[in-house]
Amino acid sequence: MAASHEANQWAVEIEDLVKRFGDFVAVDHVSLKVRRGEIFGFLGPNGAGKSTAIRILCGLLAPSGGRAIVGGFNVATEPEAVKKNIGYMSQKFSLYDDLKVEENIDFFSGVYGVPPEQRAKRKEFVLDMADLQERRDSMTRLLAGGWKQRLALGCAILHEPPILFLDEPTSGVDPIARRGFWDLIYQLSESGHTVFVSTHYMDEAEYCHRLALMYRGRIIALGEPSTLKKNLRSHSLMYLDSSDPLESMKALEGKKGILGVAVFGAGLHVSVQDPASTRRQIQDLLGQRGIHIRRLEMISPSMEDVFVAMIEEEERKAS
Amino acid sequence: MWHRIREIVRKEFYQALREPRMRLLLVLPPVIQLIVFGYAVNLDVENSRVAWMDQDHTPASRELRAAFQGSRYFQITNTLTQESEGRQLLDQGKVQAMVRVLPGFSRDILGGQTAAVEILVEGSNSNTAAIVSSYATQVVSAYANQVLARQQAIRLVGASTSAGIPISLRLPSLTVNSRVWFNPSLRSRNYFVPGVVVNIIALITIMLTAMSIVREKEIGTMEQLMVTPIRPVELVLGKVLPFALVGLLEVILVTAAALLVFRIPFRGSGFLLLGCSILFLLTTLGAGLFISTISQTQQQAMMASFLFFMPAFMLSGFTFPIHNMPVAVQYLTYANPLRYFVEIVRGIFLKGIGISILWPQMLTLTAIGLAVLGSSSLRFRKRLE
Repeated sequence: MAASHEANQWAVEIEDLVKRFGDFVAVDHVSLKVRRGEIFGFLGPNGAGKSTAIRILCGLLAPSGGRAIVGGFNVATEPEAVKKNIGYMSQKFSLYDDLKVEENIDFFSGVYGVPPEQRAKRKEFVLDMADLQERRDSMTRLLAGGWKQRLALGCAILHEPPILFLDEPTSGVDPIARRGFWDLIYQLSESGHTVFVSTHYMDEAEYCHRLALMYRGRIIALGEPSTLKKNLRSHSLMYLDSSDPLESMKALEGKKGILGVAVFGAGLHVSVQDPASTRRQIQDLLGQRGIHIRRLEMISPSMEDVFVAMIEEEERKAS
Repeated sequence: MWHRIREIVRKEFYQALREPRMRLLLVLPPVIQLIVFGYAVNLDVENSRVAWMDQDHTPASRELRAAFQGSRYFQITNTLTQESEGRQLLDQGKVQAMVRVLPGFSRDILGGQTAAVEILVEGSNSNTAAIVSSYATQVVSAYANQVLARQQAIRLVGASTSAGIPISLRLPSLTVNSRVWFNPSLRSRNYFVPGVVVNIIALITIMLTAMSIVREKEIGTMEQLMVTPIRPVELVLGKVLPFALVGLLEVILVTAAALLVFRIPFRGSGFLLLGCSILFLLTTLGAGLFISTISQTQQQAMMASFLFFMPAFMLSGFTFPIHNMPVAVQYLTYANPLRYFVEIVRGIFLKGIGISILWPQMLTLTAIGLAVLGSSSLRFRKRLE
């Protein structure tokens, strides 16, 4: 690896990145930096531009503007050099279903140009890591979701890339398999890999070292999960369990002192400026409509609340 | 570079040979086409069913009937007394033609007049109708000539005896001996089966190439391949080579079937046939590659393949002679690689001609092939980034 890389502590540097598809701006002036060895999360709803941004960073799409440096190489001008330094797992499972587990590994080993003398060792490493030793001879199509996901991750790191891009790697996988997958991500991070991962699962977002919240092509918040949550404490969050959540939501939305209302489980999360005075107001407003309050209490925000609050604020600003 | 191409080629073979649908796609089209063009499609007209109506009732009219019956082209299945019956038979398609010998036929023909025979041909298939009508005319005129010759002989003999002068006059007779070259038995099978070689490789290589590339787009593996350090040219070669190999294998199989099952003559060089097949493959693999760059799904790729293949097949001269087409369309066929390969294949099979005659076709195929394959590869590169 070149000396310039050693000197550079950033695995990914993005400045003012823009991607347009016709009139539609998918990535809107995004800037961020990712440290080496960091697990960096990209959080946002579907269509926020996460996948587009990741594709640009992998050299799959050319940016319309701005600059992106991955592993020390500019993605617009040196995409082939970028490709040697990254592993990529796309949203869709993208190995060959009609090849055996081992054949998929052998194929990608060859295509990535892993030196022949190392192939056997790398294959064993991937089979161990993905816990697929006993299924090495199975048809890939017959594997359960979690295993497929781990095999895909394994095939993406065959050539030992320092930087990994995982685009919603756990979508459609059951919670236990998801947990197992995140254990692998931690292992990779500990062994020095930089992991850039996108997700729309809030619990996964909390596993990341740092997070960027993306909404409509823009980054609306960036920082460690705990910092993002602390920032939200400038206003407070209450949990409301009532006899009619939907009516309650209508009654409370847009009222003075109430910043936002969101459905959460069977109840509502209400973010308020001043809990003491607003508590009375909520009771009055719902009482007038004959809605019975079962529970109304202060809670500490989850990542999802941060996310919803941020997006609501964005929408308020826009309108 | 080559080891990466080898990986792709190996993977393609694993996939193609494991997938039952793919296996079927490799075997079924050649078998179907061989059966269709070897057994079923036959432009030869033999044993046409004919209804006979004699309104003359003379020895001459009976001789004409015998002449028809003696010809291998006709078979008299019905003898009519009324014209309306004939109409009905023609309408029902029970006979292909009706021959009516008009009253006075014998008198006219013996008197050297124009003899009146009416031939009604069922014309819904214009091709067959033309052939039937021309065969019938031949039979009638052959008979007329025969009668004429006989008459003349009698007249000459009469003249010589009455004058008492021995003369030796030869009858002016003109014998036409036609010899058909290259396909002396005039079997349409000889004409069609070699053409199957062209159809099979065109169809298989265009469709399989396009579909196998688009399939990778559809299932998302193309994106995965694009982040690997593989170069577009390696990917293209890796994708195209297996189908080139399959194409050549099919050439050999179809040729073997043509020789062993259908007894088609093969007068030229087998190596030349394979060499020309490779030139032809450049064009079809290029077309398949091009289709893959404009299609997003396998269905689209299949539709596009047929959209390209059908006109190319029609305008190749495989079934319909190019010199019968409107001039503008004839010019169009110069851009059709199938046209050149049909000429080459028939030339090698039936005429046994070699490079000294086929070089213009070979050169054109090479030019078209390099142009198509080259520009499609360039398009492919752009799509990749």
